[in-house]
Amino acid sequence: MKTKITVAVTGLNNTDNPGPGVPVIRGIRESDSFEPRIIGLAYENLEPAIYMEGVTDKTYQVPYPSEGSDVLVKRILDIHRKDPIDVLIPNFDAELYAFMRAGKTLEQAGIHTFLPTLDQFEERHKANLPEFGEKYGLSVPFSKSITRINDIENLKKDFDYPLMVKGKFYDAFLAYNEEQVRMNYNKISAKWGLPIIIQEFIKGTEVNVVALGDGKGNTIGAVPMRKQYITDKGKAWSGITLDDPKLLDLTHKIIRATNWRGGMELEIVKSSKNELYIIEINPRIPAWVYLAVGAGQNLPEALVKLALGEEVPPYESYEVGKMFVRYSYDLITSLKEFEKLSTLGEL
Amino acid sequence: MHIRKNIAISETGFVFNPTTGDSYSINQVGREILTYLGEGRSPAEITSLMTSAYDIDPPSFEKYFYDFISMLKQFELLEEEHED
Repeated sequence: MKTKITVAVTGLNNTDNPGPGVPVIRGIRESDSFEPRIIGLAYENLEPAIYMEGVTDKTYQVPYPSEGSDVLVKRILDIHRKDPIDVLIPNFDAELYAFMRAGKTLEQAGIHTFLPTLDQFEERHKANLPEFGEKYGLSVPFSKSITRINDIENLKKDFDYPLMVKGKFYDAFLAYNEEQVRMNYNKISAKWGLPIIIQEFIKGTEVNVVALGDGKGNTIGAVPMRKQYITDKGKAWSGITLDDPKLLDLTHKIIRATNWRGGMELEIVKSSKNELYIIEINPRIPAWVYLAVGAGQNLPEALVKLALGEEVPPYESYEVGKMFVRYSYDLITSLKEFEKLSTLGEL
Repeated sequence: MHIRKNIAISETGFVFNPTTGDSYSINQVGREILTYLGEGRSPAEITSLMTSAYDIDPPSFEKYFYDFISMLKQFELLEEEHED
C-alpha cells in the first residue's frame, strides 16, 4: 500500500531556464511507495507549473529569499499550519541558505528536509572551489573572486584569455578580453550581486552528473549525462546518459569525502587528455533530473525517503544511452486562475 | 587496434559511444569494416575480404581504409592493442 504524503516543492519555473520543480514532482508522482499530494511554492505568478495539469495539487505564492530568510520561513510555517507539509524540497541555490538555517525550526514543526549542511554548502561554493579541490585532491580550474570593477585590469597577471565570468549563484559567460569581462561583470552583479567569480577556461567536453548523498558518505544514486543540445542560456535542451566509470568514481569520491547530504549536480569538463576538471558543484537536484528517473534511478523519490528518515538502498545501475528532449508548449489558462493566485496568494 | 568494448553498433549502421554520448551513422561498407574489426581481424585480412567482395584493388582500398581508421581513432571508437 502506498503511503499518503504531502510534499512541498519550489522551482516551478518551467521556462527556457527551467527550475527543477516539475521533474522532481514527476519523479515523486511516479513513486511506487508514495501517494503524494504536491504543494507548489511559487515566487512569481507566471511560473508555468502553477497552471500545468497534474503537476501541483495546490500552489502558494511565497516571498523571495532576498526579502529576508525569516519572512520566507514564516510564510512556509503559515502554509504548514493550514495545509500540513511532510517534506519540503527547495530547488534553488538562492533559497537553500534560508532553509538550511531554518532546518531545526522546520523539523520541530514537522516539516522534513534533506539538505546539505551549511559547511558543505559553503565549502563547495564557486568562490571556494580552489580550496575545495586542494582539500579533497580534486582537479579544479584556477579561480578568483573579485568585488571591484577595477580588479579586472589585474586579471591578466593570473589568467590567460579567454576566461569564464560567473555569478555566485547562476550565470556564466566566456570572455575573450577585458571589455567583455567588464560587460559581464556588470550584467551578472546587477542580477546576483557580488562577488563575481573569474575562472580559468578549460577546453573540453562538458559532462554533468546528478547524484544523491545520504549524509554518511554513501552515494544513493548517480547518473552522468552529456548535453546534446544547448540553449543560448547554456541549458540542456537534450541530453543522453553516459557509461563512464571515471565520472562515477569521481562522484563517489566527492560524496564519500564530504559526507554529502542531499541532491547534487557536478559540472565537469573532460579535457582532450581525458582529465576531469570540476567546474561547479550545485547543491541541489538539477532541472534534468527526470532523465535519471527515466534511466532507472528515481532520485526525487529517494530524496523524500531520506528526508523521512527511511533507509534507502543505493541504486546499482541505470540505463545507458537514455535520452531526454525538452519541449515548449502553449498552455491555455483562464484569467480567473491568474487572478486568484495574484490576489489571494494561492491557487 | 580494436573497437572499444562498450561501442554499440546497430544493424542499421548507427554507432553509439556510451562514454562520450556521441553517435554516428555509417553506411553498409563502413559497417562491414567495423564488424571485421570487432572480430579482431587484421588490416591485411580486411583488405583481402573487402577486395574480394567489391570491385576495388588493394592499394585503392587501403587508402580509404586507413583514412576511415584514423577517423574512428579521432572519434575515440578504436583503441590500439596494449603490449603486455
